[in-house]
Amino acid sequence: MNARKQECVQEVPREQEDAPAVPSLDALSCPLPLPAGKTILLGHGSGGRLSGDLVRQLFLPAFRSPALARLDDQAIVRINGVRLAFTTDSFVVKPLFFPGGSIGSLAVHGTVNDLAMGGAQPLFLSVAFILEEGLPMETLARVIESMRRAAEEAGVEIVTGDTKVVEKGSGDGLFINTTGIGLVPEGVELSAHRARPGDFILASGTLGDHGIAILALREGLVFESSIESDSAALHTLVSAMLLAAQAPGLPAHSLRCLRDPTRGGLSSALNEIAASSGVGMELEEASIPIREEVRGACELLGLDPLYVANEGKLIAIAAPEAAQPVLAAMRAHPLGRNAQIIGRVTDAQPGLVTLRTTLGTSRIVDMLAGDQLPRIC
Amino acid sequence: MCLAIPGKILDSMQENGVRSGRVQFGGIVRNVCLDWVPEARVGDYVLVHVGFAISTVDAEEAGRTYEVLEQMGALAEEGLSPEGSTEPS
Amino acid sequence: MKYLDEYRDARIARALAAKIARFVTRPWVLMEICGGQTHTLMRYGIASLLPPEIELVHGPGCPVCVTPLEMVDKAIALASRPDVTLVSYGDMLRVPGSATDLWHAKAAGGDVRVVYSPLDALEIARREPARQVVFFAIGFETTAPPHAMAVCQAHREGLANFALLVSHVLVPPAMRALLLSPRNRVQGLIAPGHVCTVTGVQDYEALCREFHMPIVVGGFEPVDLLEAIELLVTQLEHGRAAVEIQYSRSVRETGNLSAQTVVRDVFEICDRKWRGIGSIPQSGLRLREKYAAHDAECLFGLEEISAPEPPECIAAEVLQGWKKPPDCSAFGLGCTPDNPMGAPMVSSEGACAAYYRYQRPRSLNSALRSVAAGKG
Repeated sequence: MNARKQECVQEVPREQEDAPAVPSLDALSCPLPLPAGKTILLGHGSGGRLSGDLVRQLFLPAFRSPALARLDDQAIVRINGVRLAFTTDSFVVKPLFFPGGSIGSLAVHGTVNDLAMGGAQPLFLSVAFILEEGLPMETLARVIESMRRAAEEAGVEIVTGDTKVVEKGSGDGLFINTTGIGLVPEGVELSAHRARPGDFILASGTLGDHGIAILALREGLVFESSIESDSAALHTLVSAMLLAAQAPGLPAHSLRCLRDPTRGGLSSALNEIAASSGVGMELEEASIPIREEVRGACELLGLDPLYVANEGKLIAIAAPEAAQPVLAAMRAHPLGRNAQIIGRVTDAQPGLVTLRTTLGTSRIVDMLAGDQLPRIC
Repeated sequence: MCLAIPGKILDSMQENGVRSGRVQFGGIVRNVCLDWVPEARVGDYVLVHVGFAISTVDAEEAGRTYEVLEQMGALAEEGLSPEGSTEPS
Repeated sequence: MKYLDEYRDARIARALAAKIARFVTRPWVLMEICGGQTHTLMRYGIASLLPPEIELVHGPGCPVCVTPLEMVDKAIALASRPDVTLVSYGDMLRVPGSATDLWHAKAAGGDVRVVYSPLDALEIARREPARQVVFFAIGFETTAPPHAMAVCQAHREGLANFALLVSHVLVPPAMRALLLSPRNRVQGLIAPGHVCTVTGVQDYEALCREFHMPIVVGGFEPVDLLEAIELLVTQLEHGRAAVEIQYSRSVRETGNLSAQTVVRDVFEICDRKWRGIGSIPQSGLRLREKYAAHDAECLFGLEEISAPEPPECIAAEVLQGWKKPPDCSAFGLGCTPDNPMGAPMVSSEGACAAYYRYQRPRSLNSALRSVAAGKG
């Protein structure tokens, strides 16, 4: 990578020699160079490689913001000396209601969590609705109620909003965009760039619950299960973890990074961190907590739980000295009861996430292009 | 080709001349066509491919062959080969 | 999960690998036919447990990979019709046709839906009588009985809006063509366990006799495959050639007779083109004339299209075990799962995709990865 990139984008860490060429920012002129492929595909929204390409090739060069270029779940900006975390998210889930929540509660939890992953105390949300003409009023009322409850439980206030209606046939009934702001205490530095070889990788609980809960309701893939979405607000768990990581005797900033593995699952979250920090990772298959029902559904459909979405879990990277105290704090919290150490950050093969299988052999945990599809083979 | 996984039959019924049933796979349950495994009973395991049971898992055969494998595994762990000589550990 | 977890036991796997290492005295080239078996071998890194004398090459047992280009194009053409609902297994969605794939056809407005079972496709036809439901019926012998059953039910119920676009292939004729080739290096075969669960082992006994080749019918879990390899190596070291059933908990010598009956009633054998290999006589299935009302080829008058594969793609050589994916000049560079040139890179069972995802040479990785990916 070249020095020119470094001028324009501050705070990007040590360059990765093998990274592909990003369009040179200086040479940009209208029209923008387009990513390969002529149309948007569903895969561009799945959190995998296609999504990443869209961001890198289209959004970053256009918007040229150092804060944006860090590509964390939230942007941390300073206004008059105060550190604000700022994030936005859109929710397009179908069906609108599912065991464990609705698109409304998902929206609140998702945005609260994006703020929390930056160590912020979530404070205020905005909510914008895009409604399809013909949507039953009762459906909207149920979604609002679900949001109200989620916001109340999370201790955040919805302070502003917007509503637009599109013609029948143009939408999936209801889309929600939420934007959130929170305050980041001084001394908290959480970012995907901060992982270092030797750090431990922790998961707050069982993986794949949300994605499978939704899949069970999809036409053509129906099965009976008791799995509920794990959708939850994680900021109090994060506070407990930050507290544990700040205990006397532990090095400063020993909690390096937090991510909630939503679309694209554990694999996307870890691949992103590995790429941002320029480190490798090795996971221990036997340590990754997965519920029996989730495993059954994945075996049946030929899916890999490492790629399935979660909405109430987080991944933490912690310095070796802090791993045990942070783990203990997680397990003491209702949302972290099944927390596990699932791997280590390494200096082998930067940007590559590997897994030690239950047989003791090794394989790569690749970034998926788009959504995972069920298979018959 | 042919992703087929073993599941336990929970119940079975006749519908439109076709035998089907609810089969459990590690905690989730799906309706499966049981027409080609007439010998399979509730509680038996069947191999299911795209919603159809293609065979009954032969529990006896599985048990028998697995016992041999188990022994091999146990011996190997103790540093012995099944043929009797001591393995370098 | 019972009958699954036990066959992933590390201790037993390592013991089998150690036994193979003790027995083997010279190099052997073995082929596993089934894509599901390839997937397991890659996903569990089995090759790293085996002694260097054992070379595993991967066969054409991925129905997704061998579905002819023309068939994919026909499916895309159907999906683009406003009155048609094209229903498919997930596997086929990203397989490249000559110009595009079903995934893009869906993005362009085609009604393309993914199901787990052909019975789900039937259900769509029942619920939406105004739609012409076409099910993309690909697969080997394992999937033929389910497709046959779906057609029987549609026929019985008089469902006029349900049809199959059939691209079924049979393993033994393809294996025979492969073994007859002067380039063949394979000395022992792991036969596909679920195919044989349906068909029985008769055709493999014929292959064994004709080529004096040891064949072991193997399962799909690491312990199954290691045990199958162990049985093959034992035969090879003793100069024997016989058909043995490793996957005995599921496979019986005669197979599943009721499933075979349904297939015979609905399908008949025909010649089939295998993508990357060419036409193999008597290696496919098509619907019998009495079921023409459910045959998409008859109903929709689809044009025969012929299109060449990209020249760099060596799928033919990979599918027949002459080369391995990393031997291809395009592997991981021009050809990746995001931008596949050939089917073996798209299908998760394809040898190229399996290699790339789980076991690609570590030096290849960073050149292609994003510095950071956006969030979804």
